[in-house]
Amino acid sequence: MTVTEDAATVAPAKEVGQARRRKEDARLITGRTTWTDNMVLPGMLHMSVLRSPVAHARITHLDVGAAQERPNVVAVLTGRDLAEEQGSIPCAWPVTPDMVNPGHPSVAVDQVNHVGEAVALVIARSRTAAADALEAIDIDYESLPVVLDMEEAVTGGADLVHGHTESNTSFHWVFDAGEAGTGADTEQAFAEADVVVSRRFVQQRLIPAFMEPRSVVVQPSGDNFTLWSSTQIPHILRVMLAMVTGIPEHKLRVIAPDVGGGFGGKLQVNPEEVLCLLAARRLGKPVKWTETRSESLMSAHHGRDQIQYIDIAADREGNVKGLRCRILADMGAYLRLVTPGVPVLGAFMFVGIYKFPAYRFECDGVFTNKVPTDAYRGAGRPEATFAIERIMDELAVELGMDPLELRRKNWIDAAEFPFTTAAGLEYDSGDYEAATQQALQLLGYDELRAEQQRRRESGDPVQLGIGFSTFTEMCGLAPSRVLGSLSYGAGGWESASIRMLPTGKVEVVAGTTPHGQGHETAWSQIVADQLGVPFEDVEVLHGDTAVSSRGMDTYGSRSLVVGGTAVVKAAEKVVAKARTIAAHMLEASEDDLEFTGGKFSVRGTPGASVGIQEVALAVFASHDYPEGIEPTIDAEATFDPENFSFPPGTHICAMEVDTETGFVKIRKYASVDDVGTIVNPLIVEGQVHGGLAQGIAQALYEEAIYDADGNLTTGTFVDYLVPSAADLPHFDTGNTVHAAPGNPLGAKGVGEAGCIASTPAVVNAALDAVRHLGVTDIRMPLTPERVWRAIHQGGDGGDRATAGSNAYGGAQTETTAGVSTPASALGGDK
Amino acid sequence: MTQITVRVDGQSYSDDVEPRTLLVHYLREQLGKVGTVVGCDTSNCGACTVHLDGEAVKSCTVLAVQADGGTVTTIEGIADGGTLHPMQKAFHDMHGLQCGFCTPGMIMASIDLVGDNPDPSEDEVREGIEGNLCRCTGYQNIVRAVQQAAAEMRGASTGAPSTTEAVAQS
Ligand code: FES
Ligand code: FES
Repeated sequence: MTVTEDAATVAPAKEVGQARRRKEDARLITGRTTWTDNMVLPGMLHMSVLRSPVAHARITHLDVGAAQERPNVVAVLTGRDLAEEQGSIPCAWPVTPDMVNPGHPSVAVDQVNHVGEAVALVIARSRTAAADALEAIDIDYESLPVVLDMEEAVTGGADLVHGHTESNTSFHWVFDAGEAGTGADTEQAFAEADVVVSRRFVQQRLIPAFMEPRSVVVQPSGDNFTLWSSTQIPHILRVMLAMVTGIPEHKLRVIAPDVGGGFGGKLQVNPEEVLCLLAARRLGKPVKWTETRSESLMSAHHGRDQIQYIDIAADREGNVKGLRCRILADMGAYLRLVTPGVPVLGAFMFVGIYKFPAYRFECDGVFTNKVPTDAYRGAGRPEATFAIERIMDELAVELGMDPLELRRKNWIDAAEFPFTTAAGLEYDSGDYEAATQQALQLLGYDELRAEQQRRRESGDPVQLGIGFSTFTEMCGLAPSRVLGSLSYGAGGWESASIRMLPTGKVEVVAGTTPHGQGHETAWSQIVADQLGVPFEDVEVLHGDTAVSSRGMDTYGSRSLVVGGTAVVKAAEKVVAKARTIAAHMLEASEDDLEFTGGKFSVRGTPGASVGIQEVALAVFASHDYPEGIEPTIDAEATFDPENFSFPPGTHICAMEVDTETGFVKIRKYASVDDVGTIVNPLIVEGQVHGGLAQGIAQALYEEAIYDADGNLTTGTFVDYLVPSAADLPHFDTGNTVHAAPGNPLGAKGVGEAGCIASTPAVVNAALDAVRHLGVTDIRMPLTPERVWRAIHQGGDGGDRATAGSNAYGGAQTETTAGVSTPASALGGDK
Repeated sequence: MTQITVRVDGQSYSDDVEPRTLLVHYLREQLGKVGTVVGCDTSNCGACTVHLDGEAVKSCTVLAVQADGGTVTTIEGIADGGTLHPMQKAFHDMHGLQCGFCTPGMIMASIDLVGDNPDPSEDEVREGIEGNLCRCTGYQNIVRAVQQAAAEMRGASTGAPSTTEAVAQS
């Protein structure tokens, strides 16, 4: 035993809060990463997928004979071959009891419902042999009418995506605050309001576009299977694949090795994962599938894609009285893992940070002949935040109020937390005013407003606008009971265990599974503080169901809030168990022991102490330990949160708009987020930057466009504009810190904040620049052409795209202020 | 099949390749140089960037046969023994990566950029790495990393702001 100084000496600096450089970087910056596509196994075969070039058709003829004869081809499989064993891609979120789920074959059997749907597989000895043989497959299609436009798809007599269903509506989901008892009667609130503003907003379809293409390798071994996949959800995937394929769960091991980004796009049970597994089972050989980028863009799930009819009611003084939302949410052709749950998750956030007395939300999930939508960074919450932050600006214009004043008048004051909103959520903490003041300073608000005034007065062709987004989001998915009440098929807990190795080193086994978030570093910091061991002595294991048997994986800004808390709880158990042993070793009472800096010391007896790492060695030997306990200090913990966490923030964008060219340029972007206690400021800042980039990209650059025949016309990175460094501004970011009360770390979650908040700030800024020219809306993304058209031709600038494509903005309804929208719940401004 | 001889990361290789084989596939599949990755099929993402005879190239746009007789440096060949290249170190220090998938290409492109312009401004860095997409970082920390590495490579003291400064907590 080492004799040390009195435990009362200075405690070592806390790891939590330090900008630790990331542990995971060492392999990533030297090219020693294990991406799934790097895997090579003896005898490994390669799978290639033939995909439908048509959006909606019956397969009338399919002959794979010639492909089978191609050199090095081992097998060619069709939907008919696999019909009995492929089951359906699971949907874990039946949001209503009568939700229509048409079933989702991994490979089409006799009908295709979107471009890019798998119709046949070639398995060959090399990647190129498999790809080459695809062209030898003979397939004929008989066209069916293509359903693309949601507003048309929900009208009576519309063509159907799935002939065996009654309509294209999968579900109708309603939340009414009056009925739920969380608010007043919405209809009455609108009837009595002085002012009502109605708008139709379009949340364009986006593509998650993670940089690492999806990849799967399956290795059969007897009746066991190991599946490596570039996935966010190895644990969920294992359960689901077992259910879909009938392979017993304990015979299936799923590993997520290094994963190159996800953003919700890899929160999925992919058809190709099922197909690779079925092929490997059939052939008894390892099989690999890695997609091309074009395959990824057309067949991995998309995100967003909502049409939002929003009505807001207020009095003349600017006190909001009610909010009513009707949403059409494009499901695409099928329901995937949480497709229907995305708009439902968003339903709770439309009221934003404002004290609405009344609120009603209705959503139709609509089938179209496009690839399914599902989670994309924010999943429901960006859509909600966009709607409320845009309509607040429209209301401000209607009332002649400053947009920030209107927000301030209606937001929850710092003293009012915890606050239950009309949507029934209890917001935990925050100070919106403080965050806003800080953001205004970061931006240099007064100076920019003055400049805006100067440019306006001089009629400068380049106008300046400033846009706000004061927001919160729900993170830390999720309290299991709440998920149950929303009919989600699983819980929201997270699990972690800690193994104390004989040499005192520590293995943390986490149920969360990172793909860029730096968990190995952050979890090490947490454990270093909890156990008082060096940061370097901690190793974090994750992403392998054989190593980490329990987990709910990584999405929804949940990992630190829920998974990090499980790590803390496991560490507390380790300390508690070690305390018993330490007391025995020190021949003292447990009650007299203090634990600081990794050492148990006896209160009042200087020098009598033992380190937790020494305790680990003692239990390894187990020669002498108290009777009645098991000789281990390892521990496991599962944490199920009581509530979500609610990180708020204020984002302000200053935007230059060239009225002659329609070109927009972000002049300055400032954000202040309150993500609770910050474990690693470096990682937090990085998460905010990345989120901002994606949120700004939605506002300015990205849109998945289908033409009138249902072809994805943005099927490569030439057309789908993931922004480059030159397309994005410098971000001025800051934080306020209000610890989350719901978990011992005080963390609120940061993965999605930037993405959720930024989109409306950018659009509001552009509109603020040109509103005096009569522009009241511009369709996202704000391409120069759209901006120019909105300025010079009116409307939202979106009506240039080919009629019939989903980028066509002017199809059914007007979006101009004061014009009623027939599909809107109310029918226009009052 | 065509025979080629290439020097990759200091090692000489002689192989038969199909004429259509791309350099990136040759590196990954025949040499096991899987540090270099493929992110797209239209030469847009830059994930596959390596140096061919000292110049950054997207190895998905070069045929393996075009590299015959040439010298290729990949992300696996830039560290000097156990010492990281200043660009690798800067990406680590400045948190210029998250998932790390773009990182090999980003680092190789950035080294080339600094070779051409030893003291790039923020805008010059942004334009210089325009051909490399990153979905995770929003690029700001990549820009900081490139500027820090540039400073180190030209022997100046680092003028780039510390990453943590911007996270002013109140
Ligand atoms: S893989 Fe070479 S540029 Fe994308
Ligand atoms: S770090 Fe993930 S794509 Fe750049």
